[in-house]
Amino acid sequence: MANEKVKLHGFWVSPFANRVKWALKLKGIEYEYMEEDVWNKSNLLIQLNPVYKKVPVLVHNGKVILESFLILEYIDETWNQNPLLLPQDPSQRALTRFWAKFAEEKIFEAAFNALCSHGDEQKKAVQLTMEAMEKIEGELKGKQQFFGGESIGYLDIILGWISYMLPVFEEVGSVQILDPVKFPATIAWSNRFLNHPVIKDTLPPKEKMLVYFQERRHIISCANLGWIKF
Amino acid sequence: MAEQVKLFKTWSTPFGLRITWALQLKGISYEAIDEDLSNKSALLLQYNPVYKKVPVLVHNGKPISESLVILEYIDETWKQNPILPEDPLERANARFWAKFSDEKLILSVWSAFTKEGKEREEAMDASLKNLKFVEEELKGKKFFGGEKIGLADIVFGWLGNLLPIFEEVSGLKLLDDRFPSLLAWTKELSELPVVKYNWPPHDKMIIKYQALYEKFHPVK
Repeated sequence: MANEKVKLHGFWVSPFANRVKWALKLKGIEYEYMEEDVWNKSNLLIQLNPVYKKVPVLVHNGKVILESFLILEYIDETWNQNPLLLPQDPSQRALTRFWAKFAEEKIFEAAFNALCSHGDEQKKAVQLTMEAMEKIEGELKGKQQFFGGESIGYLDIILGWISYMLPVFEEVGSVQILDPVKFPATIAWSNRFLNHPVIKDTLPPKEKMLVYFQERRHIISCANLGWIKF
Repeated sequence: MAEQVKLFKTWSTPFGLRITWALQLKGISYEAIDEDLSNKSALLLQYNPVYKKVPVLVHNGKPISESLVILEYIDETWKQNPILPEDPLERANARFWAKFSDEKLILSVWSAFTKEGKEREEAMDASLKNLKFVEEELKGKKFFGGEKIGLADIVFGWLGNLLPIFEEVSGLKLLDDRFPSLLAWTKELSELPVVKYNWPPHDKMIIKYQALYEKFHPVK
């Protein structure tokens, strides 16, 4: 499809923007990347996403698509060549969407809380993260390479932050979540994911991430950074 | 194989009501099972072990949970009277508003109903701000889906039922002439047979939400 103009507005450390990068790369779609400073939002970002004022924003031939989950579905439907991100069977699609929602609400939120809370609150957040991860560990057992089968799919992309960002949360928050005894399948999946050619060179440098979250940990309140309750 | 469709819900859940509308709009035969959430059936726990919640759709023995996931499943499985448009951008837009309903609007409205003092004020402000976005989206349209109802209408449907009930129970005024398009939309929506004949019984709802309101606002 020539003359397609695809622009991705992202932020270097945003795991949500990274999802879109991976999807575009998997599909071989050329795009222009625009770095946004989410701590000092541009008028353009606010104009593109007045409701949430967040990244990622995909702009395709002038049309705006928001929310990483929805952008992935949009990409899959618009560029419906292989690899397909979502399975074709409706009940498999339903399961994929179910687990994606579960992981976002139960694992990411809890892990982020574990990063920026302390004491008992942090202990509880770690516990909740691990409980939720047990469900995903269960889903991975008996799977081939990835949730998507032989190749990376929607659920791998949604959960991908676990492979490279969760270890950063652990280090900054001084907690352990990715227990190799409890989560052998998740860790194995994580390593395969990190080594996938599409993923390998797209990750923000670990040192940079550590500095970022160390610095922000004290000024991020757990109600913030997108997890404002309303 | 004869289709077997079961819907686990409660008599009052707005999330279950969405599925009722979708199934009926598509003319799908189903069996409705009303759960007592204080005494969940073994079947429900078996079909939704992760959340143990309603609604759950069971299609030929396969359970699907989470109302938005169920709606997409229904649309993909039964192609008549589509809930989602064909165009990927319009689909993304419909899904955006569906998510907004459940991730932002419901939370702010529920907080406005249940919280007190400063928290309530903040929730009111947020609710009005959120409703304003919805009002903007609806301007000039009969339904979010255009001439016919679609995903966003189905997902926002709770506004037409619960906001008047919250107002009747607690005086919480949200849906009024500050939002003329929304008001017009609730009227159009409520005229649809699938909506009109499926609202949960009004008196029963008032009793339920009165009791909930008293629980959150104990008389000192």
